[in-house]
Amino acid sequence: MPYTTIAQLSQGLKNGTFSSRELTQDVIADIKARDHLYNSFITLSEEQALAQADVADQRIAAGEAAPMTGVPIAHKDLFCTQGVRTTAASKILENFVPPYNSTVSQLFVDAGAVSVGKTNLDEFAMGSSNEHSFFGTVKNPWKLDAVPGGSSGGSAAAVAAGLITGATGTDTGGSIRQPAAFCNLTGIKPTYGRVSRFGIIAYASSLDQAGPMTRTAEDAAMMMNVMAQFDPQDSTSMQMATPDYTTSLNDSLAGLKIGLPKEFFEAGLNPQVAAATMNAIKQYEAMGAELVDISLPNLQLCIPAYYVIAPSEASSNLSRYDGARYGYRCQDPVDLMDMYCRTRAEGFGEEVKNRIMVGTYALSEGFYDAYYLKAQRIRRLIKNDFVKAFQQVDVIMGPVTPSPAFDIGSKTSDPVAMYLEDIYTLAINLAGIPALSTPAGFVDGLPVGLHIMGDYFSEAKLLNVAHQLQQATDWHMQTPNSI
Amino acid sequence: MSWEIVIGLEIHVQLATQSKLFSGAKVGFGAEPNTQTTLVDLGMPGALPVFNEEALRLAVMFGTAIDAEIGKRSVFARKNYFYPDLPKGYQTSQMDDPIVGEGHIDIQMEDGTSKRIGVTRAHLEEDAGKSLHEDFDGMTGIDLNRSSTPLLEIVSEPDMRSAKEAVAYMRKMHAIVTTLGISDGNMAEGSMRCDANVSVRPKGQETLGTRAELKNINSFRFIERAINLEVQRQIDLIEDGGKVLQETRLYDAENNETRSMRSKEEANDYRYFPCPDLLPVIIDDDYIDSIRRTLPELPDQRRQRFINDYHLSEYDAGVLSSSRTMADYFEAVQAACEDAKLSANWVTGELAKYLNTNGVEIEVSPVSAAQLGLLLTRIKDDTISGKGAKTVFDELWNDQGEVDAIIDNKGLKQVSDMGAIEGMVDAVIANSPQQVKQYTEAEEAKRGKMLGYFMGQVMKASKGAANPGQVNGILKKKLDAMC
Repeated sequence: MPYTTIAQLSQGLKNGTFSSRELTQDVIADIKARDHLYNSFITLSEEQALAQADVADQRIAAGEAAPMTGVPIAHKDLFCTQGVRTTAASKILENFVPPYNSTVSQLFVDAGAVSVGKTNLDEFAMGSSNEHSFFGTVKNPWKLDAVPGGSSGGSAAAVAAGLITGATGTDTGGSIRQPAAFCNLTGIKPTYGRVSRFGIIAYASSLDQAGPMTRTAEDAAMMMNVMAQFDPQDSTSMQMATPDYTTSLNDSLAGLKIGLPKEFFEAGLNPQVAAATMNAIKQYEAMGAELVDISLPNLQLCIPAYYVIAPSEASSNLSRYDGARYGYRCQDPVDLMDMYCRTRAEGFGEEVKNRIMVGTYALSEGFYDAYYLKAQRIRRLIKNDFVKAFQQVDVIMGPVTPSPAFDIGSKTSDPVAMYLEDIYTLAINLAGIPALSTPAGFVDGLPVGLHIMGDYFSEAKLLNVAHQLQQATDWHMQTPNSI
Repeated sequence: MSWEIVIGLEIHVQLATQSKLFSGAKVGFGAEPNTQTTLVDLGMPGALPVFNEEALRLAVMFGTAIDAEIGKRSVFARKNYFYPDLPKGYQTSQMDDPIVGEGHIDIQMEDGTSKRIGVTRAHLEEDAGKSLHEDFDGMTGIDLNRSSTPLLEIVSEPDMRSAKEAVAYMRKMHAIVTTLGISDGNMAEGSMRCDANVSVRPKGQETLGTRAELKNINSFRFIERAINLEVQRQIDLIEDGGKVLQETRLYDAENNETRSMRSKEEANDYRYFPCPDLLPVIIDDDYIDSIRRTLPELPDQRRQRFINDYHLSEYDAGVLSSSRTMADYFEAVQAACEDAKLSANWVTGELAKYLNTNGVEIEVSPVSAAQLGLLLTRIKDDTISGKGAKTVFDELWNDQGEVDAIIDNKGLKQVSDMGAIEGMVDAVIANSPQQVKQYTEAEEAKRGKMLGYFMGQVMKASKGAANPGQVNGILKKKLDAMC
């Protein structure tokens, strides 16, 4: 049953139209039949999924179902899943089977959701195109020779192709929002600290945040209701109650102040993308919202700051993949140094090695002040820009990416061009605020995303704003031709 | 040339917490390898640290005890390096913002002088695991039970000028941490160990000589030996026209030598940066004051009280206050026999001798303070002689038992019956005409010395049971009457 929503599946399960086992079997059969087109899954966990489906069916029969009970979902292969291989799309973790669940995957187990498998990504979530995966490039369902975006490209492609109705992603510099934009999805990066990072393989700890990728804002709200919980196992998790994100979806937007930062609409933005974005934003005026011109003067500094901070943290976070305890180890090391060097040289892909090198350099004695400390100062400036902006406006809107999905291979030789893909998304992670991408129309048949940013912990407002656009338009219900 | 020795110590103290610094795993010595570990201690992908606040309390307690500045905002930093028993590839420590800032302690030397030694800082950090090289046939086993055990690293100023001062400093630190109860101070199990920075310079020279760092010193005896060896090595080197290299050297207790581990050039660049998984630790004056109020009587205060109240010498007071258990033991003995001087002599004499010879800690002394107190009471009430008491002590040490029963069984009760002693004295005088003649003809000043012979004969006749004081008095009276 392709191209439905979580809300519809939840209703069908509740009504007894189908069982979770039937649904799960259908979903897995569909993935097996069609995913060769997209390469969106790394691992299918059929046996565990059916066991979870049976538990869900019992809960439904007993009248103890939660909204997500029995609904099949998929996890980006960065979330540790107990008993199910978790690779981070890296050779170095090719055979790693965690003995534990990430907090997020455990929360979905507790909610009765069925995890059918693990989706493809850029290795260790480093990339904007899903071309940097040990398990191969992911294809965009809207154009099979275009990238789906990254790093959560597998989750995006799987949902866009109708293989699954919802999937988890992580967003360190745009890794949920950019693929959501490229694949016509709703993808939200919550406030840093809103969703637990425990059990999610770390890329850049001060920026990483998990969120849902779905077709609708309502589905995203349903997944957020499960995911967004305080976790004492994550020291950066915020101790606060979880609102019911579905109850405020229909709140009126009359009087909403929408900030349009001029820096988001300057040179570098594809004019057609600019037009589509503005067209979507104009929809809000009819709902009684007010558009306000604002400025985020330090925005352009986000790329250098991000590409110092993220690789620095990554260089340290990825030190544990040393061949000593789990994961890949090179053949017949002659000594310890040989084991380290060859394990890591053979186990990591090129982009991961690039970033480890950059981060190692930035943290080195004599360079630390010039790079890491300076980047942290820029980070504070960017954060202050947003804090000031939210004194003026309720949400900020703009494009998610400078252009729609690009062709596979077209930017792999030019890392800087690839990094510029993230110009509109990086600053949000540096500031720690929440932001989402929602469908905003098409340019030459490829989806465009509208970027909606809010103040700290304003996820409910962002979902409300996105949902209202989805009530007024049908971009999000369009189907790619490849289905 | 005359040389000045300059020493600074870095002491690692294992804090007496129930669980680890960043995980809920139990802290303990001697468990089966890798049984006291969690995902965090194993460095599993996605695992996150959670700070153990008990360690904070113990560190602040130490800081207040040495009159140090307390860091109201302390920050954990990652120290990055590769080693098989370092599961994350970094050690979580504190760098720029330690929990304890500048403080000081006073040390007492054997000659009764006192000296103030500066403490630069003390910071919290996690311990590494252990590499086990035996039993693995060309391979190395890794035991991560110790991984993430909380340590307080106490760094001194280079204020010590001899190995003896370094030992006195270490002993005082040991007394402080055991008195505070923040560590068991067990050096054999590695709960307290030190690295020594040692350099020499010509007397009168201002600038410091090049230092070598001696690693891995785990007993008071080794501190003195290792430093003296290193000092001699450096002096010999310089006097032979050589130069001291800045390097890390390992003290080898078995061969009694120090040898080079790595030079400055080979030293790691640890790429310290603030740990993004942990929030800065913020504390206020109320918290610090609440801990200050819980401080027990500190070694210096107790030493002073011993001098004032018990009229002990500076040296005895220092020794007896050198650890909490030692001081408690002494005070219990003193309370039982009500003779501080006698108690001090026995605790620092006979008891210390037995403890040292048998390598037993005072905590587990086979002779309890109550038993020793009773034994000393029996000396005081003339039941036994000092010599007899030593026999009883030996019996108590080896076979336990009860003081009065041992005195009875061994027939050690002193003969204090005047009549019986007079009889023995008369017999000895009658059987020693030669010696009596010499005594009566000798000058009065020399007679005291000659009395020894008669004392010995009477004691022998009584099989050591006669009260020596009484024997002495009666002998003198009778012999002097013959002059």
